[in-house]
Amino acid sequence: MSEKIPGLNQTDSKTILEIRNLDISFRTSAGIIHAIRGVNLDLCKGETVAIVGESGSGKSVTMKAVMGLLDSNATVNSGEILYTYTDAQGKSVTTDLLKMSKKDLRQNINGQRIAMVFQDPMTSLDPTMTIGKQIMEGMFLHERMDRGAAQARALELLNLVGIPDAEKRFKNYPHQLSGGMRQRVVIAIALSANPDILICDEPTTALDVTIQARILELIMEIQQKMKLSVVYITHDLGVVAKVADYVDVMYAGRIVEVGNVNEIFFEPKHPYTWGLLSAMPDLDTEDDRLYSIPGSPPNLLREPKGDAFAARNRFAMAIDEKAEPPLFQVSPTHWAATWLLHPDAPKVDMPPELRARLERARKEAEKYL
Amino acid sequence: MSETIQREPLLEVRNLVQHFPISRSYTVKAVNGVSFNIYPGETYGLVGESGSGKTTIGRSVIRLYNPTSGEMIFQGKRIAGRMDGETREMLRRDMQMIFQDPMASLNPRKKVEDIIGEGLKIHHMGETKQERQKLISEMLKKVGLSPEHAARYPHQFSGGQRQRVGIARALIMNPRLIIADECISALDVSIQAQVVNLMKDIQEETHCAYLFIAHDLSMVKYISDRIGVLHLGYMVESGTKEEIFSRPIHPYTRSLLSAIPHPNPEVEKRRKALTYDYASSGLDYAAGSEHLIEGTHTVLGTDGNVRQWLAECPEP
Ligand SMILES: Nc1ncnc2c1ncn2[C@@H]1O[C@H](COP(=O)(O)OP(=O)(O)O)[C@@H](O)[C@H]1O
Ligand SMILES: Nc1ncnc2c1ncn2[C@@H]1O[C@H](COP(=O)(O)OP(=O)(O)O)[C@@H](O)[C@H]1O
Ligand SMILES: [Mg+2]
Ligand SMILES: [Mg+2]
Repeated sequence: MSEKIPGLNQTDSKTILEIRNLDISFRTSAGIIHAIRGVNLDLCKGETVAIVGESGSGKSVTMKAVMGLLDSNATVNSGEILYTYTDAQGKSVTTDLLKMSKKDLRQNINGQRIAMVFQDPMTSLDPTMTIGKQIMEGMFLHERMDRGAAQARALELLNLVGIPDAEKRFKNYPHQLSGGMRQRVVIAIALSANPDILICDEPTTALDVTIQARILELIMEIQQKMKLSVVYITHDLGVVAKVADYVDVMYAGRIVEVGNVNEIFFEPKHPYTWGLLSAMPDLDTEDDRLYSIPGSPPNLLREPKGDAFAARNRFAMAIDEKAEPPLFQVSPTHWAATWLLHPDAPKVDMPPELRARLERARKEAEKYL
Repeated sequence: MSETIQREPLLEVRNLVQHFPISRSYTVKAVNGVSFNIYPGETYGLVGESGSGKTTIGRSVIRLYNPTSGEMIFQGKRIAGRMDGETREMLRRDMQMIFQDPMASLNPRKKVEDIIGEGLKIHHMGETKQERQKLISEMLKKVGLSPEHAARYPHQFSGGQRQRVGIARALIMNPRLIIADECISALDVSIQAQVVNLMKDIQEETHCAYLFIAHDLSMVKYISDRIGVLHLGYMVESGTKEEIFSRPIHPYTRSLLSAIPHPNPEVEKRRKALTYDYASSGLDYAAGSEHLIEGTHTVLGTDGNVRQWLAECPEP
């Protein structure tokens, strides 16, 4: 499906993960929260997809569904999560992860073929166990490696994620490491089983920019070496610009715009994406006021009527109050769910300040070409 | 900007040292002789990696800690050592703080009106209950909440609204200096923009100054007039934001600025951040002294260091 982005290393683009029409709700004491409302998302081999959106838009829930980690009050109302991998006999197999039992997922998929890194490394680390043990645990469990082989591989991984004095660190407990080092350990654990897919949920939000830059560069390097496909959940558009091949913009439980990274940053079509891009100051922002998207996301205890973004959209039209827009195609890789793209809609361009800023960014980019 | 420099500083911090003795043989040297001024009505941004001493400086300045040594003068009064009652009262009123996690800093069992009104009571501002209530209503409106919110509890608000409550609590004292320690870091980008706009509006109206502590450098650059770069408890570089961003001199500052991801995929995909490691850098911060580059731009280093860095970073 995807077109190659010039200058990026995309060897082949077989789809490895295909989320179709995913629909999830949560039972709560206040009522039913319809959190995920028909999500479609593709991830191709060796590529990186970033999911962006305000908190509560459904980014984590979508990826937890892939991992079979949904909370117990969740119901999957419909959808498929098709995962394609090569089995031990070298045959290509496609399986719907939603149809697998939790046990089956845990034994055959989680951690081995699909691994996840969370924002707070301490949620994934056991404070009572040495780093070395924690990295080797998966290898004993899944691969039945012997101690010597596991230890050698664990040291190799610690070196790979850039932990100095790996041998010494092996015997350390998590609290003896800094936040950045802990996150590297979590990444080492995630990589220990040679997964096909790495899902990173706000992996660097709690870290300093310098450490963030190093961790992101590290994941990118490893990705090249291991032909890893990566999903990033983040609200930092700078991070997205650095790592992503494709971007999915999520709002109120739906993907409202998807495109390759240049399309989303230089030719965004959805007013919500315009808002996200405008709200983040870049280093040249000198405007008196920062743009902020008015209002707040809808409460999904009630089913939104029409376009869920309408109330916050200064370009909303009469139809936005009545019907949810479908995804309109902009290019072979670019889609956006806004009625503004309907052939009968009046021609509306992004706000001029954003246009000016994107022009500036484009000029800046030309210096690097 | 140059006018502000000639004015009397609102806050003067000279050689602030803040050590935490942990045991007889071990002391955490959180802040090691930091100096800076904040002028009335300006925003001073403090940046640096976590553990560099930003929060400690904020807390020493507002005297939640007893500084180990150094001098601090706020509105002409010495606030570093023992203070007389009048000075303490002035400090408690005219310097306020906004915290990173509004939930943790707001008493969950108190109504918003009591949280905001607490300072008024302590400092006997507002004669009657009605008068205090009027001040609270006005303050709620000023921070973009409504007077009806006064009777609610903190958990009944969203993150962005709670931060507004925190700001209202600080502002009601009409402070001259507000220490904002990572006060937007936990918020969504769009909500960050709202809070920053609010802070700017308030500054325009009341001419208060901010000590703005954050690790998002794009935001710090946007909001600050001057910036101090902190590393390992040392102020390694300070200057106007133009000075710092157009010609960063110290290698730590250079690595920090290069690590900021630009929201520009073409640029970001081709760029690698500079790395910097103090241990292997051969630098000794303690041996350095403050060198004036130009204007208000200063950098910490030995004469030799600074000569070398200046050669590496020609004027733009
Ligand atoms: N266990 C749960 N019970 C009820 N609601 C939930 C649960 N988990 C998530 N939600 C709701 O689902 C929506 C999406 O959440 P999430 O995917 O975590 O958002 P984010 O985009 O910030 O990662 C939110 O409205 C959240 O409150
Ligand atoms: N009350 C305290 N007791 C002991 N050590 C402390 C205390 N407060 C801070 N520190 C230490 O001082 C250093 C600076 O911390 P902090 O000022 O919180 O940094 P920042 O805010 O830049 O992340 C850190 O090493 C921290 O562990
Ligand atoms: Mg999340
Ligand atoms: Mg701090």
